[in-house]
Amino acid sequence: MVIKCFGIARDIFESDELIIDKSVVKTVSDLRSHLNNKNEQLNTIKSYFIAVNQEYAQEDQIISDNDEIAIIPPVSGG
Amino acid sequence: MNNISIEISSTPLSIDDAYHCILHEGCGGNCLFIGTVRNRNKGESVTHLDFDTYDAMAEKEMAKIAHQCIVKFDITKIAIHHRKGYVGIKDIAVIIAVSSGHRDASFQACRFAIDTLKDTVPIWKKEHLEDGSYWVGARP
Repeated sequence: MVIKCFGIARDIFESDELIIDKSVVKTVSDLRSHLNNKNEQLNTIKSYFIAVNQEYAQEDQIISDNDEIAIIPPVSGG
Repeated sequence: MNNISIEISSTPLSIDDAYHCILHEGCGGNCLFIGTVRNRNKGESVTHLDFDTYDAMAEKEMAKIAHQCIVKFDITKIAIHHRKGYVGIKDIAVIIAVSSGHRDASFQACRFAIDTLKDTVPIWKKEHLEDGSYWVGARP
């Protein structure tokens, strides 16, 4: 499963995409735990959302194989 | 819908383009907010900004804001245009343009649109200083 990385998340993972094993994550909450363990620096940012199919996702949302997933650090447009 | 114009651009934004997007024969109040890059932030000298964007989602979120503006306020047309990539000092980072029959609705919608954009649209600003750079708002 591919995870898109933007902003500070791209710097932390030194890549604009992460590949993770889909079998370890069922929900957005699982993915968050997995990512936080994968790189401790992710815990140092203020907060982040997970987007599923280009929408802000709830923590208990189920992730499906073909979903488009992204890490959304605190936004700062404008 | 041609009453909404959403754009994320890697080239300079045009005030004329945004204005022409919202001009309407039934509207007498047009409000434009133009966000430009300033040379200082929190006492530090800023050299330029770099905007990272999740284009597909950002366009969706910007369109949601535009729809909300049309529902909440009595406006006719709205344009939300944002830059991405390198943006220099005094360059335009964002333009919100709104038209309505009378001025009140345009002022309110314009304010709501820029405030909400800053809260919800997946765009990230890296501020480059003379001695380093950082992602704005990312650290506690």
